[in-house]
Order: sequence, then C-alpha cells, then structure tokens
Amino acid sequence: MENTEKKAFIPSDFKNSQNARWCPGCGDHAILNVLHKAMAELGVPPHMTAVISGIGCSSRLPYYMNTYGMHTIHGRAAAIATGVKTANPELTVWQISGDGDGLAIGGNHFIHSVRRNVNINILILNNKIYGLTKGQYSPTSERGTVSKSSPYGTVEDPFIPAELCFGARGNFFARSFDMALDITKEVMVAAARHQGASVVEILQNCVIFNDGIHAYFADKEKRADHTIFLRHGEKMLFGKNKEKGLVQDGFGLKAVTVGEDGYTIDDVLVHDAHAKEIYLQQQLALMDGHDLPLALGVIRDYDTLVYDQEVQRQTDDIHQKKGFTSLRDMILRTHETWEIK
Amino acid sequence: MLQETNVKAIDKVVVRFAGDSGDGMQLAGNLFSNISAEIGDEISTFPDYPAEIRAPQGSLSGVSGYQVSVGRGVHTPGDEADVLVAMNPAALKTNLRYLKRDGIVICDVDSFTPANLKKAEYKTDDPVKELGIDPRRILLVPMTTLLKNTLADSGLDQKAMMKSKNMLALGIICWLFGRPVENVLRKLKTKFAKKPAVYEANAKVLHAGWDYGHNTHSSLPVYRIDTAASKPGIYTDVTGNTATAWGLILASEKSGRPLFLGSYPITPATDILHELAKRKDLGVKALQMEDEIAGICSAIGASYAGHLAVTSTSGPGLALKSEALGLAVMAELPLVAVDVQRGGPSTGLPTKTEQTDLMQALYGRNGESPLCVLAAVSPTDCFHMAFEAARIAMEYMTPVILLTDAYIANGSSAWRIPEPGDYPEIHPHVLPKDRLEAGWKPYDRDEDTLARFWAIPGTEGAMHRVGGLEKDNVTSVISTDGANHELMVKKRREKIARIADTVPEVVPMCNADADTILIGWGGTYGHLLTAATQLNEMGHPVAFWQFRYINPMPKNAIEVLSRYKRIIVAELNTGMFADYLQMHMPGKEILRINKIEGQPFLVKEIVDGVIKFMED
Repeated sequence: MENTEKKAFIPSDFKNSQNARWCPGCGDHAILNVLHKAMAELGVPPHMTAVISGIGCSSRLPYYMNTYGMHTIHGRAAAIATGVKTANPELTVWQISGDGDGLAIGGNHFIHSVRRNVNINILILNNKIYGLTKGQYSPTSERGTVSKSSPYGTVEDPFIPAELCFGARGNFFARSFDMALDITKEVMVAAARHQGASVVEILQNCVIFNDGIHAYFADKEKRADHTIFLRHGEKMLFGKNKEKGLVQDGFGLKAVTVGEDGYTIDDVLVHDAHAKEIYLQQQLALMDGHDLPLALGVIRDYDTLVYDQEVQRQTDDIHQKKGFTSLRDMILRTHETWEIK
Repeated sequence: MLQETNVKAIDKVVVRFAGDSGDGMQLAGNLFSNISAEIGDEISTFPDYPAEIRAPQGSLSGVSGYQVSVGRGVHTPGDEADVLVAMNPAALKTNLRYLKRDGIVICDVDSFTPANLKKAEYKTDDPVKELGIDPRRILLVPMTTLLKNTLADSGLDQKAMMKSKNMLALGIICWLFGRPVENVLRKLKTKFAKKPAVYEANAKVLHAGWDYGHNTHSSLPVYRIDTAASKPGIYTDVTGNTATAWGLILASEKSGRPLFLGSYPITPATDILHELAKRKDLGVKALQMEDEIAGICSAIGASYAGHLAVTSTSGPGLALKSEALGLAVMAELPLVAVDVQRGGPSTGLPTKTEQTDLMQALYGRNGESPLCVLAAVSPTDCFHMAFEAARIAMEYMTPVILLTDAYIANGSSAWRIPEPGDYPEIHPHVLPKDRLEAGWKPYDRDEDTLARFWAIPGTEGAMHRVGGLEKDNVTSVISTDGANHELMVKKRREKIARIADTVPEVVPMCNADADTILIGWGGTYGHLLTAATQLNEMGHPVAFWQFRYINPMPKNAIEVLSRYKRIIVAELNTGMFADYLQMHMPGKEILRINKIEGQPFLVKEIVDGVIKFMED
C-alpha cells in the first residue's frame, strides 16, 4: 500500500544506474532529467510509479527510471498503461510515446484512452520524424517534408496532437519543448495532478534526422516572440518584455502590442484552462508559432469522471450490494440448480 | 397418422427443436434438458444458429436449431434426432436431414400457409409429400389453433399468444418422454417471477400440449428413457463459454489474484466477455477495449500490475494478438488467452466450429516464442481447463493459450458445482519478502519450474523494468549479447517443457490393449469417445485418448502411443494435430480422419473411418 507518510524525494530517487543511450545532443536527455525532477516534486514514491512506453527512441525511457516500468511493443503503450492503471488505480502511471508510436501505429489506442479518460499521464515526445528506423516522415511531419521515405516531399497533412486530443474529447492538454526545462517540469507536474487522461506534447529535437525542426520558435532569440506561455487565470502576454498580448478578433484571435492601435491591457484575454467549453482552448492550441505564437503550458485542464476510478467504484458497489462470497455462492443464489443424492 | 408402438425403453434420446429465431426453440430445448438432468440424466445440447442476426421470418436462412440429447452415456448432442420439432415449413425443410430414418416429426400444421410455403421455396402445397416424409411418422399438430383456443379467455392479443407456441411443443415432448410438466412449471415460475400473467399463459399452454399428446396417444410411440446415476452433488447447466468464465473466477479465488479481462466482441467468444462483465458482482474487472490488440495489451498491463489477466477471442482475434503474446513470452508475465475456434481462414465461418487454430496457437508468433497450449474437451471441461490455464500461467509465469471451439462453447451440459475442497490452491510465483531482502534480480528463477518472480508494482524495493527487448538473464538490463540470448531462448523453452511435470499422464481409455488407438484433441471428445465405445461393441477393438495438454504434451505421450500398431487421429481440420504428433514420432505412420465442414463430427463418420483403416 501507498505510504501515507509524506516523504521527501530527490530526483536521483527516480534515476537508475543505467546510462541513457540516446544520441549526444538528443532532446530526450533533457526530458528524462526533467521527469526525474517532476517526480521528486510530486512526491509519489518510486514503487508506486509505473512508466510504460511503446517502441521508438523515446520509448527507451523506462530503462532509465528507478520505478516500475515496461518497454512494450510498437503503438500499444496506451492500451497497456490502461490495463496497469485500471487494475491498480493506486499507481501513478506515465506513458511515454513518440509521435510515431503514439499517433501513427498507436493512434487508435491514443484516442480511446483519451476518450475513456483513464488517469494516465501521456507524454508525446514529438520530433516530427522517425529516428529509430533512421529518418522517415511521421504523422506529425509537415506537408512536403523530405525524408528517406519521402524523397520528393510528403503529399499528406500532419496531425496536430492537440487537435487529435480535443477530437477525442480530451480534458487535459499541455505543451512544452525539450529546451524549456521549467515549463516542461511545470506541465508534467500539472499533468500528474490532473485526474484523468493528461496529454503533454513535448516538442523535441532529433539532432540526427530532423535537426532544427523546431528552431523557428525554439531558438533563444525567437522564443519570446514566437511562443506564449499560458497559465490559468493569467493574462495572455508574450514578447521579451511581455509587451504583446492575445485579444479576441471576431471569432478568432489576434496578437497585438499593448498600448498600440488602441489596445490596452484590459483587452488582453485571461487564460481559462478550467473552462468546460473548448472553443478558445482549441484556438490557442492551434496557434503554430508563425502568425500567432505557439502556445506552451497547460492549455486545457478540466475535471470530469475518471475511467479507472469509475470501474473500481462500479465493481465495488455491485460486489458489495450483491454480497456474494464466492463463485459457488453466486451460482447457488442466482442460477437454477438441482441436487442429485 | 403414426404407427402404434409400445413403450420403447431406450438409454438416450435426441430431440431437435427447429424454428424461427423468435420461436423460443432454445428455451424449449433448455427446459427439456434441465428437467431431464434434474432426474439424473446426462445431457448435451448444441445450438445451430445462422450468422444473420434476424433473417426474414419463415425463410430458409432464418431457421435456427437446438439439439438436445438426454439419457445415459450421453457425450454428444447426437448425430441424428429421434424427434424433430419443426415450427414452420422452412424449419421442416432445412432440418429433416438431421432426423433418423425412423424418427418422428412433430410439426405445426397451421404454419403450412401459402405465404410460408412460398418463403420456404416449396413447389407444391403439400410439404409432407414433397419432402417424402412417411405420413405415419409425422404428427401434424394444429398448434396455432390449439394455442388460440387455450388462451381465448386470457385477454392476450395474437402476437403475445404466439410467444407461448414453444410451450405447446414442449408439452407434447414432455408427454412423449414421460416427463411431468410440473417440473417445467417450477422453472417457468422462477423465470417469469415478475410476470405472473406470462407465467399463467405458458402454464396453460404447456398443459394443453401435454393433454394433446395424451389424448392422441394411440397414434404415438412413447419412450421411457433409462436414467443414469450421476455423481451426487448440486448441479446446474452451463455452456462452454460460461464454464470458461467460471473456471477463471475459481482460479482467481484459489490464487488470491484479482481477475481482469481485456477483450473485444467476436463470435463465438463474446459470451465469455458477457459473463465476466456480469461478474462485477464477484469483483471481476472486465474491460471492453477498442480492439483485439488493446484487449490483450490491457490484460498484459493488468498482469504486470499483479492480476490474473485474461483475454478472450476467436481465430482472427488471436492473429491480431500475436505480437502482444510475444511480449508476454519475453516479459514472462502470466496471461490466459482463450481462443474459441471457428471456421477460417479470415472471417471464414464465424458461427461454425473448427479446430484450425492449433498451428496458430503453437507457432503463430515471431521468433522463438514457446508458450503453453491447452484444449478443453467439452462444455464442462472448459471450467477445468480454464482453471488449469490460469494455474499454469501464474505458477510458471507464462502466457497460456486455451483452445475451445464454437461447438463446446455454445453447447451445454449438466455440471456439478465444485465443492469447496474439490480444487487445489494455486500458488502464484509472487516475489516473497524474504527473497527480496536476500537480494533479488528480475530474472532470478525458481529451480524447479524456472519461473521468474512476479514482482508486483506497489512492492517497495522491487522496482524493475521488463519489456520486449532481450534482457540479461539475471538483471533484466537490455542485452544484445549472443550467448545470453541463446541462454534465454533455451530457458524460456525449458520452462514450458517443465510444465509437463504437473500434467496428467496419458492413460488410454476403452480397450487399452488393442492394436489401434484413436486419438483426438479438444472439443471432439464426445464424438470420439462414443465412436470408440461403439467400435468396441461392434467387435473392433480400439483404444482411445483425447489430448487436452498440447504443449507440453503429457510426459509419457509418445512412449504410450508408440506401443500401438495403428494410430488414427480424427480432427476438424486437414491434419494439424496429426502433423504435430508426426513431428514427435518421425517414421511412425499417423492415419487421419478429417472433416472441414464447419460442423462437429458425426459418430458414424468416425466409426466408418476407423473401420476402413482397420480393414486396410
């Protein structure tokens, strides 16, 4: 059983002795370190934590954790995590998947675990490329992406993970990127505290096959103007000196400079991650970092009924109500029987 | 009308009820078999239903049959029926071929309307003559008229009245076989406890049917069935699918591990999901997942989390689960995969029976991935083998595939509810505290079984990682070392082989000293046993054995089989088990009797086949 006594943990409590074998410079190293820190902050003991992954570079992550963990098969992490969590809702369960594992081969399990609202924390490490198979396009690669399997450019549109999450009626979506350590930690902690399926997209750089794919917003000099960090209850401000803000523009959003063109701080929208209505959250999540800044932080965080808790509650209720003590007792009390002497 | 006959004493009787899906034939058949079982008869039932959910009423494709055999020495629902109850011309036409040459037909003559005859594609207005039925062997009962007269004062409309037609037929059958209607009434009273008006109507009609038989009795042969003495105990009737679900529940009780099912609906396995979903009242967690793969994967997750985890499916679903089964082999996690076999390949014959998933179960995975394969031989044996599958899975830390089939899954038998001491405790190989404290590594193994320990999340100090990549044979750290891989492949194989230490040995049945042995596996047991018994009675000495443990086989299997001059394997495929045996017995000729028609064997087919080999 879980320790009721709150114990303080440090990041190394969650780290094991194995050396991470990702390429030098891979964004996964940073994400792994942040996850250790986030877990320490959460305070759930390592023996009550399970990390489940599929297949791909990022899915090696459980091997570097001092928690329970399973490195499974391609695309199925969400289904396996659903089993772990529903069997034992006391465990804190994390799912680690890449964009291929989570959204291509595992797309079906992704949408259904989100729809069911299983209380798992789904980290999608999105580098928009297949790394482990050495450089093919992924379902998040932009149209026209040139890769080994698309030498003339892709002729298909990508998924936007947030849109897929909302389409599956997701109730928690957050975004960060590998170099934004503080934001990544903050959204991981928020995801774990949220009851229900939490989707965290972490944009991650593949130094070998897709180096710089996120540079247009992630480079130090571009970050301030091309991203916006959203926090519930706070004004949607961005820019080096938070001089810019997002305002309502008809049915859409517009980026303005506060104090210019007649816009004041009062016109700038306040972020409501807890709103049930998804309309504004969806618009924020779809901002792509070009015309409007890419939204980071917790974009949606809405509480509703949780699958694994409901399964447990229903099972307990019915079990208790019927009061059967055994299989034999159940059969004798509910089935037609006869005795032969 | 029928020829007058004296009371016929027989040891068993086969009745086939045929009608539209809505005619309540299964209920009538079930009641008849249950009241027979109550007085000690052995029973065996088999539904033969169409793949269409609701085919047009009165049409040939909409006919469903329900065959019941009761009496002594009943191991199958019977090759052919002694009595056929046909509720309409379509049922008569499609089911006549299941009737014995000297069998009796009971038919609703009121249903011979021009519209019904047309729907059943008759060319004349006299179905009896057109089908060449001996008029002395058919009882044409004006069922609809009788029904209306009986229920005239009931206030029911015609549609409601017609729902009781099956009870009229059952009343006649009860009279024919000397079964008191009171026994049926007791069951109906329970069934319709909340609908007294429906009970009253059915009771009246049942009596009317019995009276009708009694009043016309000069024209009918009456049967007296000799009753078998069954083992004392409390009985109920179960289908194979229900028995499978219950066997798993008992295994959960006997192991202390909670039961988890991850599944996806598929014919003919869905009733396992239905039953376990109901058994939330026993604390079972049964999840309907988004697909077959998610079904097994959620089960693997639950297994890792310490549950007795199960996935249920049929052939096409097992194909989808292959990769995940490999993961369970590699991670050495307990898992039961139930495959209720149906006709294949691809979608095949979804509602029909076959034994064609044997090779898939044994070999249908990438890499060297041995696992335990079991097969249940009858509806009630599904209980025992499901228990065994769970025992082996948890004691050896391995996935187990349990093969049943559409025939035994849907068929039912009287089943003695196990007494509390009948089944042994199961000892899951859970990591004990002292072992953990003494220094434990994830791939440490039990010396005897070679099972690794089940270190369940939530256990302090036992955090570890498993997965599909090859692991170091002790630490569970990823290893690509060639020698380690070979060692692990051999250990996984040896572990499965050692399961044989707990598998009952082969003890040939019937005439064990004969030169010839008839061999089967799984759901053909009843037909093969009956055939072997008949062969011996006919003066053809035959031994018989039905395999339930396929991988590993019982330790003495090959040695025992080698003693026989003639080995004949009968199975519902083109020879998969025969090939498997051949692999273990090179140089020995394995004779084969095969059938791939989506239907169970007829006893006659096996008897004829064996005699043919014996004459050669």
